[in-house]
Amino acid sequence: MVYLTRLEHFNAAHKLYNPGWSREKNEEVFGKCANENWHGHNYDLYVTIKGEPDPDTGFLFDVKKLSQIIKDQVIEKVDHRNLNLEVDFLSGKMCSTENLAIGIWQQLVPHLPSEITLHCIKLYETPRIYVEYFG
Amino acid sequence: MSVREKKVAVFRKEHFNAAHRIFNPAWDDRKNEEVFGKCSNPNYHGHNYELIVKVTGVPDADTGYVMDMKVLSRITAEEVLEKFDHKNLNLDTVFFKDLNPTAEHIAMVIYELLRARIDPKLELQVRLYETERNFVEYPAD
Repeated sequence: MVYLTRLEHFNAAHKLYNPGWSREKNEEVFGKCANENWHGHNYDLYVTIKGEPDPDTGFLFDVKKLSQIIKDQVIEKVDHRNLNLEVDFLSGKMCSTENLAIGIWQQLVPHLPSEITLHCIKLYETPRIYVEYFG
Repeated sequence: MSVREKKVAVFRKEHFNAAHRIFNPAWDDRKNEEVFGKCSNPNYHGHNYELIVKVTGVPDADTGYVMDMKVLSRITAEEVLEKFDHKNLNLDTVFFKDLNPTAEHIAMVIYELLRARIDPKLELQVRLYETERNFVEYPAD
């Protein structure tokens, strides 16, 4: 078993705000992340797949193709976007890094060939804060 | 020249997260899109900004400091982080009402804010990273 990781980047605006709560409650729970006019991040996305290398190519999967799938299914939808307002797969969900990682997993799985297993979505919101999702 | 007359540069690194939109209100949406591309998204996007403040001067004879880093840290927190962190630069700050919040302009604004609080005999330069690969410095000479 080999693990292969591709790193991509995107920049986006968001806020942590539960519309079912009052503004005071949102500020109490989410602090400055609840700022109604948004704030933003440079996200780093690590996508790790696993499997056995192909005997003819030596590749687990063509990493250029993996990069293209990530770009088409994720980066196109989130880069330079407002995550709360403009991203269909986060609609109705809280825009936490946790939910974003889960959403990215769900975006990618249907587009990966059957011989490839998605292993981990690792998503950095800042250089010091990241989440990992293993499905 | 004795060591007492030589200049040393000291640096303080800070970071803040903010939303912004690059947009010229004198232009229509099409022209903004043409010039600024996805950076002009009307719903904003955002960055983890990294700020490096450089202060240059001769270390003080009594303390050995160019500048007390605790003081530099406090001034940067008061003048920059409190005003910019987790804010929308276009909407939540007074500085970009009539000024496009490009990295260039943000660095120039930060410089002026800090310059007013730092001893005039010390030189000041700011470097601002908008992403790991895009950064600006002001003043440039």
